[in-house]
Amino acid sequence: MNLHNLTIREIIEGYTLHKFSSTELFAEILGHIDQNETKINAFITNRTTEEIFSDVTDNLIAIPIAHKDIYSTQGIETTAASNILKGYIPPYNATSVKRLSTNNFITIGKLNCDAFAHGATGENSDFGPTLNPYDLTKTPGGSSSGSAAAVAAAFVPVATGTDTGGSIRLPASFTNTVGIKPTYGRVSRYGVIAMTSSTDSIGHFTKTVWDNAYILSKTAGFDPLDATSSHEPVPDYLLEIDKRINGVKIGIPREYLLNIDSVILNKFNEAIDILSHLGAEIVDVSLPSTEYAINAYYIITPSEVSSNLARFDGIRYGFDRSKFGQEAKRRILIGTYCLSAGYYDAYYLKAQKVRTLIINEFKNTFKNIDVLLAPVSPIMPPNIGELTNDPLKLYMMDVLTVPVNLAGIPSLSVPAGFDNNLPIGIQIIGNYFSEKLLYQIGQAFETETQYYKQTPKITERNNE
Amino acid sequence: MNNYVAVIGLEIHIQLKTKSRMFGNASNDVWQTSPNSITSPVDIGLPGALPVPNKEAIRYTQQFGYVLECTINKQSKFDRKNYFYPDLPKGYQISQYDEPFCSNGLLDIKVNNQVKTIRIRRIHLEEDTGKSLHIDGRTLLDFNRSGTPLMELVTEPDFASADEASEFAKIIQEAVVILGISDADMEKGNMRLEANISVKKQDQSDLPNYRVEVKNINSFKFMRNAINYEIDRQIKALEIGEILNQETRGWDEKKGITFIQRSKENAHDYRYFPEPDIPPFVFDDEYINELSQNLPKMPWVYELELIESGVNEPFANQIAHNQEKNQMYLQLVRENPQKSQNEIAKVVINRKSINEMRDYLNKQLDQSVSSKNTILTEDQILAVINIFPDAVNDLKAGKSNALQFLIGQIMREHKGQVDAATLPSVLIRLIGGSN
Amino acid sequence: MKIDIEYISKLAALSLSDEETMIFLPQLNQILEFINKLNECDTQDIDPTFQVTGKINEFRDDIPQDSLSQKDAISNANQTKDGYIVTKGVFDEST
Repeated sequence: MNLHNLTIREIIEGYTLHKFSSTELFAEILGHIDQNETKINAFITNRTTEEIFSDVTDNLIAIPIAHKDIYSTQGIETTAASNILKGYIPPYNATSVKRLSTNNFITIGKLNCDAFAHGATGENSDFGPTLNPYDLTKTPGGSSSGSAAAVAAAFVPVATGTDTGGSIRLPASFTNTVGIKPTYGRVSRYGVIAMTSSTDSIGHFTKTVWDNAYILSKTAGFDPLDATSSHEPVPDYLLEIDKRINGVKIGIPREYLLNIDSVILNKFNEAIDILSHLGAEIVDVSLPSTEYAINAYYIITPSEVSSNLARFDGIRYGFDRSKFGQEAKRRILIGTYCLSAGYYDAYYLKAQKVRTLIINEFKNTFKNIDVLLAPVSPIMPPNIGELTNDPLKLYMMDVLTVPVNLAGIPSLSVPAGFDNNLPIGIQIIGNYFSEKLLYQIGQAFETETQYYKQTPKITERNNE
Repeated sequence: MNNYVAVIGLEIHIQLKTKSRMFGNASNDVWQTSPNSITSPVDIGLPGALPVPNKEAIRYTQQFGYVLECTINKQSKFDRKNYFYPDLPKGYQISQYDEPFCSNGLLDIKVNNQVKTIRIRRIHLEEDTGKSLHIDGRTLLDFNRSGTPLMELVTEPDFASADEASEFAKIIQEAVVILGISDADMEKGNMRLEANISVKKQDQSDLPNYRVEVKNINSFKFMRNAINYEIDRQIKALEIGEILNQETRGWDEKKGITFIQRSKENAHDYRYFPEPDIPPFVFDDEYINELSQNLPKMPWVYELELIESGVNEPFANQIAHNQEKNQMYLQLVRENPQKSQNEIAKVVINRKSINEMRDYLNKQLDQSVSSKNTILTEDQILAVINIFPDAVNDLKAGKSNALQFLIGQIMREHKGQVDAATLPSVLIRLIGGSN
Repeated sequence: MKIDIEYISKLAALSLSDEETMIFLPQLNQILEFINKLNECDTQDIDPTFQVTGKINEFRDDIPQDSLSQKDAISNANQTKDGYIVTKGVFDEST
């Protein structure tokens, strides 16, 4: 098998059985990237071979990783995919980067995304859009576009991302990868360039559920450098990941089924059948405040963004504020307006009250069910260029994902099939800190469906 | 002043001398260090950095509030105050808006023998900005000061004169130094003053509808001068029918005037919202009780205690407000249990060094102690001199230094507590010398 | 509810070109209309949620740690001089 197609689990096994060395693995993967990256444009920065191998040579169990370019990586250019930060080299590492590096994950590069994570298709990047490895005329979703594409194209077995309003789940569903949006506060935000401080969730992409759980076990846990990180103990996510899901109660929220592309709905219903077949109990539930979530989100987000981007004044780093992209400027303006005197009550405060309603609804619903199941995107992956002139339409791609962010609960996006070789995903939504259960359900579904094996042509899996 | 009264409020900023900064963990010991050499990503506002509040800084603030009789609020939080300035690295300052750590305190001041109670509206905690140097049309920035814990005390507009404001500020300075929470050295910028000044007609009951904010006052003298100048300027303006507006002015000590600073009308929309990166605070009774234990005594409290123990007010006042004098006072009280506290206080006030004070007190002491000397019996004297037969013989032979020698031995034997006046004649009679 | 783009952009320290203003104005007003939908939602007697963690009292002990070196702290600045970070002059005196 081509080494680049291995999962993390298989790599670890391979090292244990001395099937290949770390240098061999990295050499093969870097070669694969070399040949195919120009087609995808997943990376903004690639470390040189010398730099990478100086980290790998002494590390017999090194595994390659790439980070979304809003993660601070010491000594490696970090741009947030924006011209305003071109050339910025952080003098420190994000906590997540440190924890992964301590666990032998060696950074090979920084991944493309929507600038400052503002977007749902990756087209707001100042470094050109990333293309969907399954269909190069389509977007891979955003804002973690490069991260999703890199894992789908087998450039890396794991890529980090952030999910503030769906930015991991959406691209995961468009690229047949597994994406976790952990509980807010489960993984430290320290060192990740802030977008919406109260919803930014630090997560990652992998090929399989097991891999995903493995990575979370390394990144989760309290960080004294992040006052919002949780003291909740980290369970062993891998233990009993294969547990059968008999009797698990899955709620289907009817508000999440409105205005969805029929092709997606079909696959979603298939998924329900499969889970039912695996022993889960399916229940119909209602979350009436869902319709206001997107409006509340697009008040809270720009408001906090307008404040978080105030530090970019071109003095200590970066360029003049005129170098911000259009979407960043739009959000700064809307946010400044929503927080300004006379408008704060009607906008920011009001949105936070709606947030309370949404949280209460989720809390109530979890009294009677274990998890919720829902589609991730209302539409199939758009063509490159299709939505670039319509900011509002882009915002609406988040309708099914933002309620989870407002509440801070976790959600796992897993592959659920294809239409014309274009991936479709579903999300398993749980109560606070229920990631272990989400992984169990995801694992059961994956074992049954094996969709992860249907990789895009670029991975050359069929040539093996 | 004629028929006008001044209406003055103070805002006092005090840097806290914690070991690390307010929201970042770099050292807070930054006086005269090379620029930008002591910062963390948090203090310099790097992308991705997050604030974590310093526990000690919060305690210091609450303890300060406690001694000023404030309510220590059970619920509190930090908020973001958004504005742009080169020395403000995040483009917002983490401060407190509507839920400060302390509210509604009181402090009495005494000016011209009149006691006046000043109301303290609030004391909150925020972070200091970096330092700017303006040279040749450019601004040089040093972020070593950025993130230093900064306490802000706001009074009600209860002051009616520069003297009152000055007196209050001095007591505040003393208090924080005694508490050990700040050096309050104005030359180093540990303590900075701002005055809000307006005037109204004596018979006007409402507060004036404007105030002039005078900023960046870094000495008591400047504050006095600035306030007096402003009061004068405002009265003159009102007398000729001018309407006075809300504005910010700086003080030019050289020219002795206040001057308008760029009107920041628009910039005052700080768009406050609760700091999303820092969880709110809930303080229970146990916590509040614990932090108020074992605090150093405040001078105004101590002054009252001295007065109650019999010390006259002017002495009590001086001793209570002078650490050095107080130490000497306490020492001398210990050494002189038989003296009255007022007497010792008077001695301490009127003299410079502790030795001078001791001498004075001991002189009075000597006179009473000499009556304690004993007159020895002949047997006692013989008991000593019979140990020195040679000296006795010398004395018999008329050698005067033998006399001194024997007197010396007697004194030694009885540890000096002997009435030595009669010794020579007694000795000579006993020995039966040739005199 | 029309947005005063000149005032807001000043507050946000964004100097927009005429072209940008022309493009943004209709977009911003459209977005405002979109978020105004929240007025339909009844939130009377509902408390706002500013943080979802429910955490309180997160402090840090007053123990200093190593700081960035001067070199690292200023390494990304456009202009520096003798360890200072330099910017064009500002008219106000800062505190």
